[in-house]
Amino acid sequence: MAAGTFQGGMHPYDGKELSMDRHTSVLLPKKELVFPVSQHIGAPAVPVVSVGDTVLAGQKLAQATGYVSSCVISSVSGTVKAVEPRLTATGGKVLSIVVENDGEYRMAQGIGELRDVSRLSKEEIRKIIQEAGIVGMGGAGFPTHVKLTPKEDTAIDYVIVNGSECEPYLTSDYRMMLEEPKRLIAGLKIVLKLFERAEGIIAVEDNKPEAIAKVKEAIGTDSRISVRQLKTKYPQGSERQLIYAVTGRKINSSMLPSDAGCIVNNVDTILSVGLAVAESTPLMRRVVTVTGNAIKEPGNFIVKTGSSYQELLEAAGGFCAPVGKMISGGPMMGQALYSLDIPVTKVSSALLVLTQEEARQLEPGACIRCGRCVSVCPGRIVPQKLMEYAQRFDTKGFEKIDGMECCECGCCTYVCPAGRKLTQSFKQMRRQVQEERRKK
Amino acid sequence: MKEKFHVSSSPHIHSGVTTSEIMRDVAIALMPASVMGVYQFGFQAFLVLLVSVTACVVTEYLYEHFMKKPYHPYECSALVTGLLIGMNLPASIPLWMPVVGGIFAILVVKQLYGGLGQNIMNPALAARCFLLICFTGQMTNFSILTASEYGASNKGTYLFYHGAAAVDGITGATPLAAVKAGESVQLFDLFWGFTGGVIGETSVVMILIGAVYMLYRKVINLRIPLAYLLSFVLFLVLFGGHGADPTYLAIQLCGGGLMLGAFFMATDYTTSPITPNGQIVFGICLGILTGIFRIFGKSAEGVSYAIIFCNLLVPVIEKVTMPTAFGRGRKG
Ligand code: SF4
Ligand code: SF4
Repeated sequence: MAAGTFQGGMHPYDGKELSMDRHTSVLLPKKELVFPVSQHIGAPAVPVVSVGDTVLAGQKLAQATGYVSSCVISSVSGTVKAVEPRLTATGGKVLSIVVENDGEYRMAQGIGELRDVSRLSKEEIRKIIQEAGIVGMGGAGFPTHVKLTPKEDTAIDYVIVNGSECEPYLTSDYRMMLEEPKRLIAGLKIVLKLFERAEGIIAVEDNKPEAIAKVKEAIGTDSRISVRQLKTKYPQGSERQLIYAVTGRKINSSMLPSDAGCIVNNVDTILSVGLAVAESTPLMRRVVTVTGNAIKEPGNFIVKTGSSYQELLEAAGGFCAPVGKMISGGPMMGQALYSLDIPVTKVSSALLVLTQEEARQLEPGACIRCGRCVSVCPGRIVPQKLMEYAQRFDTKGFEKIDGMECCECGCCTYVCPAGRKLTQSFKQMRRQVQEERRKK
Repeated sequence: MKEKFHVSSSPHIHSGVTTSEIMRDVAIALMPASVMGVYQFGFQAFLVLLVSVTACVVTEYLYEHFMKKPYHPYECSALVTGLLIGMNLPASIPLWMPVVGGIFAILVVKQLYGGLGQNIMNPALAARCFLLICFTGQMTNFSILTASEYGASNKGTYLFYHGAAAVDGITGATPLAAVKAGESVQLFDLFWGFTGGVIGETSVVMILIGAVYMLYRKVINLRIPLAYLLSFVLFLVLFGGHGADPTYLAIQLCGGGLMLGAFFMATDYTTSPITPNGQIVFGICLGILTGIFRIFGKSAEGVSYAIIFCNLLVPVIEKVTMPTAFGRGRKG
């Protein structure tokens, strides 16, 4: 079968060779770990510990409030030092539970016990996932138990594992497919238990043949699960593009994947589901790529949540070139950082450090109407026209020509020869429109 | 620490292809045809090109200087306009005319409409048409006296100034005019460009080399030129009165400004549609219009007027060819 693909998109320099062959290593944190109560989409969790309490690894620090919310779990044992606002990757301060690590990693009771998955009911599985604090670890942070609870379980035809990792530089999902294919498949099987009619598909870009081979091997003869090769192209891993490439079904911004009979999860999320359900291990770690040409020894690390970015940097040998920009996540959609004194959260996929040369920004000039933005836009909208509305802050016009279908992938800004900040303006406009909608 | 790092919104990387680079590529792509023009029409052609480029660049500089706009010397856009104007003029034209053309193109057509990316007509073609209307005589005088007709005392100097076209035995008439008058033309000459015409349009080979370069550098795509040429051919087959006669079609394709127009002027970013389907519609409109002008019009040419006219249709074409957003059905 030909590799699945979509219209638009492009091939930025992917920088993956820097870290793709580095086996993951476990990074143990130092003194202090910081756990923001809001690392997900939805209502912030509420702290259930107070200053001075002793906590164990795997113990709940903050309880989800309401359905669309997620618990926060301690990744170490130690003492609660403070509950106070702390700086996070998004640039703002978020209420956080600060735990002083005692370095002993004593586990809370029952953590790590193997469970007989076949005896669990659907409700039990969803409950475990919710209690384990699992959220979409690809970046969005949408609570996984909500995602896994569509209106009707039987309406789901495909459970797709997003192994495309289309963001340049990131290699953590790739490493996991190579190193933990069995656990990945185990996690997927658990999810498939929830959707009896669905088939499981692991979607991988065709520039990762080794991962494809490993995953295929782990699948063995299971006829319910298969690997789907996708064309290597950014943003292949964007949910809507991915669903289309795999199934040929199209959804827009006001639909959910389940409307097209799909459930999409990232590799690390599925792994975490497997760990939580089969091995009673809630979400306490994540895989982070530390990379970029300004990083001395790029690599992939298994990091305890709450660790500091500073420690990530040290683990990778520090800087080796003048720093142009530090980014949490990939270069296309990641968040620029001004301080590394921030914690690794459930959604921290990478620390990317660009050199000054790479981070240089183009001086924005006049649009020459070259049409490049139109041909790369995966949303099939016309960024050049959207920009006209954005510059006038005309939200009505912006909505009318489908500005809300922009997935903020960054392709248009990447290719614009005039250096116009298209994506950046659209983000603001979209916030604005969402705000107006909420007011109504 | 805070000042040290650049904190801006994503994306954080860029393809590296910039406006100046694109314009430079277009200028490079125009080189083969220009060189051929100078070979064919001699040093006087070189002077025309030089003067029109200078006129455009200087006008742009002065305008932006006096309007206190930022001047982008590396953007090369005025240079490309100047080159295109020169290439659209007969070599024998008095040198003050390219100056007028250049000033008109940059000042009136481009800057007064808001500058780069804002003009509604292709500046080079608008200038050509402006000159055609004002100075029809000089603009359509392609006759070249050969050295012996001129009675040149020094043949070498004469040829240096008037180019290969002035070698004895080559006719100066433009091929399309010749065909219209019932004369025959050599296809081979047409293809290589050993014919009369404006400086840059004669050599199909050189134009195509430039076009391939632009395609290779992804400066243009094939939608507009291909739709243009195909629909033009189809129109000729249907209404040209010669059926699918290959010689007739080849002469029509290679003669006149069609190739230069299809690859270098119809593809001008600013004055062509930005939507992919719009580009195809635009090409088809051009093909039909050029066909009408050439078959039914008085002059043998028609490309410039067709392009200028279709430039004006661009907003409409864009409006009706807006793509449907991904995942959105056809909306009512
Ligand atoms: S890519 Fe930039 S210059 Fe080209 S049309 Fe889009 S906005 Fe204009
Ligand atoms: S950022 Fe938005 S407008 Fe730009 S290419 Fe991506 S989806 Fe299209």
